[in-house]
Amino acid sequence: MTDTDTKDDAPAGLSLLARQLLERLPLPVMLLDSQARVLLANAGMQTALGAGLEGKPLTAVLRHPAVLDAVGAALASGGHSDVSFSIAGLVERHYEAHIARLDDGLVALLLHDITAIRRAEQMRADFIANVSHELRTPLAALFGFIETLQGPARDDAAARENFLNIMAREAARMRRLIDDLLSLARIELNEHVPPQGRVALEAVVRQAAAALAPLAAGDDISLRIESVPLQEIVGDHDELVQLFQNLIHNAIKYGRPGGEVRVTLGQESGHVFAAVADDGEGIPREALPRLTERFYRVDVKRSRERGGTGLGLAIVKHILSRHQGRLSIDSKVGEGSTFTVLLPEPGAMEKPPKAPDILPVTELL
Amino acid sequence: MMTDHTVKSFDEQLQALSAAVAQMGGLAEAQLAAAIDAIARRDSGAAERAVAGDVRIDALQQEIEERAMKLLALRQPMAVDLRDTLAAIKIAGELERIGDLAKNIAKRALVLNREPPIRLTQSLGRMGKAAQNQLKQVLDSFSNRNADDAEAVWQRDGEIDEIYNSLFRELLTYMMEDPRTIGLCTHLLFVAKNIERSGDHCTNIAEVVYHMVKAGYLNARPKADITSETSVPYEGRA
Ligand SMILES: Nc1ncnc2c1ncn2[C@@H]1O[C@H](COP(=O)(O)OP(=O)(O)OP(=O)(O)O)[C@@H](O)[C@H]1O
Ligand SMILES: [Mg+2]
Repeated sequence: MTDTDTKDDAPAGLSLLARQLLERLPLPVMLLDSQARVLLANAGMQTALGAGLEGKPLTAVLRHPAVLDAVGAALASGGHSDVSFSIAGLVERHYEAHIARLDDGLVALLLHDITAIRRAEQMRADFIANVSHELRTPLAALFGFIETLQGPARDDAAARENFLNIMAREAARMRRLIDDLLSLARIELNEHVPPQGRVALEAVVRQAAAALAPLAAGDDISLRIESVPLQEIVGDHDELVQLFQNLIHNAIKYGRPGGEVRVTLGQESGHVFAAVADDGEGIPREALPRLTERFYRVDVKRSRERGGTGLGLAIVKHILSRHQGRLSIDSKVGEGSTFTVLLPEPGAMEKPPKAPDILPVTELL
Repeated sequence: MMTDHTVKSFDEQLQALSAAVAQMGGLAEAQLAAAIDAIARRDSGAAERAVAGDVRIDALQQEIEERAMKLLALRQPMAVDLRDTLAAIKIAGELERIGDLAKNIAKRALVLNREPPIRLTQSLGRMGKAAQNQLKQVLDSFSNRNADDAEAVWQRDGEIDEIYNSLFRELLTYMMEDPRTIGLCTHLLFVAKNIERSGDHCTNIAEVVYHMVKAGYLNARPKADITSETSVPYEGRA
């Protein structure tokens, strides 16, 4: 900003003041000459599109047809226009561009990054689509059986018995889905409020395991818990029980019938950890990064058959985020999976982050 | 726009040629993005845009070819200038193919979007994003004349192949479980194949960019595509 030399290619008539203003404007701005070359790109623009833009043809730095067409039109016949476009990448970015011809024949291009807005809209739409899809499936089954019971199977006692059982199962699934969604919403609401209680992790794990013991017995799976004496941690008792129920439930569900589920607790470098290991089918590598997505299931059909909604690990993720904890997943197809939860010791817990002024609406859904 | 016919000097002509290639790249990117949106978001409007947009890509390819030919004939460029000119022709050819594939994806999207949604289209969306990312990176490497970035794109093609392979298996299971889905799944299979091939064209472009900048060759790319070994009978129309 102390650079007072006017560059050779500096647009004629652009005062130092104007240059400084452009430079400091917290919005990406660039000026293009009559050949659509970048004459000037401020810091915001370099952040958006990369360094070293000045002197390059526009096509070398921004080639979306909507932008090129609008700049072409502005150069040819003046005026201004707004266009929106996206740039692909690991994180796709969305922009609105305002393009206007200035009096001296230059074209100004101003960007507005609308990525966050787009993502929020998208998340909301995906979420609603998923929920309705998940609810519609059992509902369709229920209607099917109701119609059969009203019609062809009206007087068939055996079929009635059988159908009512299936209907009860489907209805239970819908109720579970709604319970899980509500519980997810509640956890998310509190995500920015650090937990208050003091919790002994081993007791939490034992409580979660006890609730699942009948299920494990049903699959002839032995459930083992191994622990060393642990420091108490800061946490919400009920949420942590729910977290371990979800992990142990998965280990039983996707474990090997007749096999073993082992929970190992320990303490190291500022963390208390609990590893839930099974000797089941394992998880393919490409699925690992997606497991905590809502409704993601490696094998949708299989999960459904076992009453799963695909929200279990999403709930785990949000509980952990509230507890400043981490989850690491280690799995080998055919050998089994280990889900390790790391929770900070009381001393290692960060100061509560300042709650955002506005809660993101989509996160509340 | 950008295609200024009044340029005189050889350098300017070469630059205009590069600009036209980049412009064509922008069109191919937009085309592919629209096609992927058409699939992943069930956006039939985007599908129609992608189908209609192909004309412009074809026209630009022709223009680039003609200009490059004229350059070759009248200026007889040497060394780096020759490589630049040839690169323009080759890249334009690859981009034209990507445009075609995108158009084909979009046409299938129009069919798919009339049917009830299939969850697998989300995986296709992810695969599409990976291909879009490859295309962006390789076009950037062209504009920045960066051989390392081009090589990185070339190396990364395995990722798309990996998603393709797992999707392929998933689709086969679907079709076997419920033969009524074979028609739909076949469309999805071709969409996946077309995305995978777009990825291949990106690696071709990467090779061209590498050669343009370094005058050397990238070769012996490890191929992760093993689907040809998975044989499961199914009766579907192409
Ligand atoms: N221990 C495990 N072994 C193998 N796969 C697992 C394991 N835990 C989770 N998964 C995979 O991750 C997916 C997501 O798990 P998640 O707990 O979120 O959902 P779910 O178990 O299908 O349903 P829910 O937990 O809501 O009943 C599962 O469908 C399964 O494919
Ligand atoms: Mg689960």
